[in-house]
Amino acid sequence: MTRPRLATVWLGGCSGCHMSLLDTDEWLFELAAAADLVYSPIVDVKEFPHDVDVCLVEGAVANEDNLEFARLVRERSAIVVSFGDCAVSGNVTAMRNPLGDPEGILRRVYVDAPDRDAQVPHAPGIVPLLLAQVRPLHQVIDVDAFVPGCPAPAGRIREAIEALLAGRRPPTTGESIRFG
Amino acid sequence: MPHTVTIDPVSRIEGHAKVTITLDDAGSVASARFHVTEFRGFEAFCVGRPVWEMPSLTARTCGICPVSHLLASAKAGDAVMGAHIPPAAVLLRRVANLGQIIQSHALSFFHLSSPDLLLGWDADPARRNVFGVMAAEPDLARRGIRLRSFGQSVIEAIAGRKVHSPGIVPGGVANPMSAETRDDLRDRLAEAHATAQNALTLFVGLLDGLDREIRSFGDFPSLFLGLANDEGVWAHDGGHLRFVDATGAVVADHIDAADYRDWIGEAVQHDSYLKSPYFKPLVDRHDDVNRGMYRVGPLARLNVCATMGSPLADEALAAYRERAGGIATSSFFAHWARLIEVIAATEQMATLLADDTILDPMVRATGRISHPRGVGVSEAPRGTLFHDYTVDEYGLLEHVNMIIATGQNNLAMNATVLQIAREWIDGPDIPEPVLNRIEAGIRAFDPCLSCSTHAIGQMPLAVELLDASGARISERRRG
Ligand code: SF4
Repeated sequence: MTRPRLATVWLGGCSGCHMSLLDTDEWLFELAAAADLVYSPIVDVKEFPHDVDVCLVEGAVANEDNLEFARLVRERSAIVVSFGDCAVSGNVTAMRNPLGDPEGILRRVYVDAPDRDAQVPHAPGIVPLLLAQVRPLHQVIDVDAFVPGCPAPAGRIREAIEALLAGRRPPTTGESIRFG
Repeated sequence: MPHTVTIDPVSRIEGHAKVTITLDDAGSVASARFHVTEFRGFEAFCVGRPVWEMPSLTARTCGICPVSHLLASAKAGDAVMGAHIPPAAVLLRRVANLGQIIQSHALSFFHLSSPDLLLGWDADPARRNVFGVMAAEPDLARRGIRLRSFGQSVIEAIAGRKVHSPGIVPGGVANPMSAETRDDLRDRLAEAHATAQNALTLFVGLLDGLDREIRSFGDFPSLFLGLANDEGVWAHDGGHLRFVDATGAVVADHIDAADYRDWIGEAVQHDSYLKSPYFKPLVDRHDDVNRGMYRVGPLARLNVCATMGSPLADEALAAYRERAGGIATSSFFAHWARLIEVIAATEQMATLLADDTILDPMVRATGRISHPRGVGVSEAPRGTLFHDYTVDEYGLLEHVNMIIATGQNNLAMNATVLQIAREWIDGPDIPEPVLNRIEAGIRAFDPCLSCSTHAIGQMPLAVELLDASGARISERRRG
């Protein structure tokens, strides 16, 4: 049997979901024995690979690069998991949505506040344009499973990964979906 | 002839750092730029939120150092309430911040940087990560994981959770500490301390082979900013702001956090979402902003302080200074500085936990909104962090400014990228290990791009070579 190929990515999030994954501590040795982590912010593989079995996606879809990357992840992964509340619902990353046009928000931060060189950063191909509205992952690609939490506690993440690697869906009752 | 490396467009993944390098006509590096590409907009959407909610909300800026945001935010809240927080709360906040320094530095050293140091710059990229270290040096990796876990447990014990804890609030902390919890943490201190000492010995043993990295990973004069107490002792919470220069001379001292605007200006670059703070008194309107370059974080804190304030950390500091020649000007030494700070954190945590005041049940002051503005400052693991709030009479935010540690290193990170490029690039054909070193040079700053953006550690990186007219002649992309 070939070893399952696991990936984790982050889009518009705070990395807290990944930190909570690392909070599984020494269980990481068991994870390493059970699966190959083929792509992740904490490993040095630079191109999202083909034939990923399970991909956990942290963060909401906030800019054009997020959108393009989410689509790539979908194309190359059998199971895509919304990992944490930003991916599940938009959460804190989506709090800019009620303010409307990102241009106004950018002006507030980069034009009204600074002491010098005030300007909205703009460098095509280098800094991506913000989407008009931040979206949860399932609004831009099909998602197969959800692991909520901000972040999900380490135990919940471990449970979810164990289920996914065994070909099951993460539990969706009681403690496993408690808010917060 | 410059050759073009084909890029697979799908590798353009979001929110990561990017580097562009310009070659002059002779083919040598003329300039290099570090770009940050993520934006979340806290300063805009926090307007209108109640000040009491701000610690929990702004913790979500960063999952790696949420406690620093909790602290800076709670302190800004203390200030608008005019709250004099109870002694137990002072101690508990301090222990929580030491826990955070331990976990974040352990992450930086063991999980993110040790693969380069232990497996080599040109090790197989598929293995050059914490899992590779777990396979090659299981004992060391396990110790590192346990060290980070200890720091996280300290945070959980005081503030309620490991990531995004609710328990640090304006006026103090939410819950007192039980004697049982205190004893439990004390029992685990010895192992944490031993792990830090071992890592220090290991790191120092590697230094002799790393001369060229030391001299090219951000080795240049700059100012340094950090907190120090009135006697000049290393401080991570409390104390005052102090700037020193590259000779160690104190440039500005005893600065109150509320006055930071007199000293720190913020500039914007057209090609990055990360702002560039600078030391205001040295930069006139038309000057190059780099005149005001300063660094924050472990390297800066150790340059700013006279002593660490605990015996074993001071011993380590003396050896460090001897090797670095007094003031450490190479950002490569930040790895070393981090380990010394972990030693200090374990020693000082032992002292704080031994004080029974920490068990006092009175941990929170309450108060009404009494001042329109509050500034909170804390030393995040990667440097000084400011939260500056203006509130209305009900405590709703009218204006928010946050100066993030990593931003303050932005000018220096740009200079580092340039230095590494000049040292290692020879013509448009860039070998893989050189790209690795550019990354590692940025990683030495332990940039928490989550704070301003996201992306820790092994960030994907694109290097573009432009000719003097700005036309792209080749691109190498990893990510
Ligand atoms: S869900 Fe919470 S912890 Fe996860 S990325 Fe979003 S803000 Fe951070």
